[in-house]
Amino acid sequence: MKKILLMSVSMLTALVISGAVMASPEEDRAIFQKYFKERFPAVPTEEFANGVYSIDPVGRENWEAIEEFPPYETFIDAGQEMWEKPFANGKTYKDCFPDGPAIAGKYPHWDKKKGSVITLPMALNACLKANGEKPLKYKKGPINNILSYIAYESRGQVTNVVIPKDDPRAMEAYEMGKKFYFTKRGQLNFSCANCHLQNAGMRLRTEILSPALGHTTHFPVYRSKWGTVGSLHRRFTGCNKQVRAKPFKAHGEEYRNLEYFLTYQSNGLELNGPGARK
Amino acid sequence: MTISKRRLVTATGLLITTLSTSLLAPSIAFSAEEGSAVAEGKSLAFSRKKGNCLACHMMGDGQSPGNIAPPLIAMKARYPDKAKLRAQIWDATAMNPDSPMPPFGKHQVISESELDKIVEYVWTL
Repeated sequence: MKKILLMSVSMLTALVISGAVMASPEEDRAIFQKYFKERFPAVPTEEFANGVYSIDPVGRENWEAIEEFPPYETFIDAGQEMWEKPFANGKTYKDCFPDGPAIAGKYPHWDKKKGSVITLPMALNACLKANGEKPLKYKKGPINNILSYIAYESRGQVTNVVIPKDDPRAMEAYEMGKKFYFTKRGQLNFSCANCHLQNAGMRLRTEILSPALGHTTHFPVYRSKWGTVGSLHRRFTGCNKQVRAKPFKAHGEEYRNLEYFLTYQSNGLELNGPGARK
Repeated sequence: MTISKRRLVTATGLLITTLSTSLLAPSIAFSAEEGSAVAEGKSLAFSRKKGNCLACHMMGDGQSPGNIAPPLIAMKARYPDKAKLRAQIWDATAMNPDSPMPPFGKHQVISESELDKIVEYVWTL
């Protein structure tokens, strides 16, 4: 126990220090994935795509039972309707995304022209705007239907976030996301890393803290707590509120850079959304 | 021989203490006040909105504690100086910047007087 804690703290320090000397994203990811491999030696790396259920055998039994009749199924169907329904101008999402609907693996990505990380919800809204349609609200509502459909169709794709070397702003965005991840915030003073890296697998009351590796693979997610499907940025918002910090804007610069950093750490893991969680 | 002598001394001391507390009204009031600080401290420590200590620490008879942080036992031995214990709860990151423990006093999660009561309770563990 003490040994695990010591190890985790030293690994964490290594990660933070490596940030100070601007380690390459590749080095970060190697440290990140190695850390979880050593912390949970019995868990094969690909298992982390299953989130907390990769390390919580009791929770996993419940989860597998829930997955027999997935609570997100109706959202996938509603999303398919959205995908196929023509806009007022007669075009559809397919005109914006010729490779669609299985496009989740392309996001988030760096857009050199816009000088910004582009997330899938942002791309969907850009498509709507370009076709004279009203953009969708980011956190709640129908955006989660189309995200569910796209996630379902994209199952089996592999997380492969690229930090292009030809644009220093991409590296800057990644570094900002990393800084966000390790910064303590809110009245309760927790960083993302405090719980999901430093203390992954430990119990907060009866809840097992989920490992950061694999956090991004299964979104959007049906949460029993929400009674509906919600996006990654809605989850970020919830985490920030829990530590009594003021949440940031969904798909604003802070959260999209955080998504960029966090998804990159899971490179190599399969996408398996939509997910089901407590 | 010495042991039984010491026992005798202790017993006498206890007797005297009991007698004096039962005879002197002010000391009764004092010990009752202390007792209520411990009880209030316990309820503050267990409250999810206040200390929420059980989220991470095993302590006393609290149900379903977390295991993120060390169990709170033998606190008088670990913190002979009560002020040090108070400082640790006020801001644990002062001693260890990597500590995930919220700085309860520094960030005013609880008031200074609530902190005093929590310290009284934790020191009994």
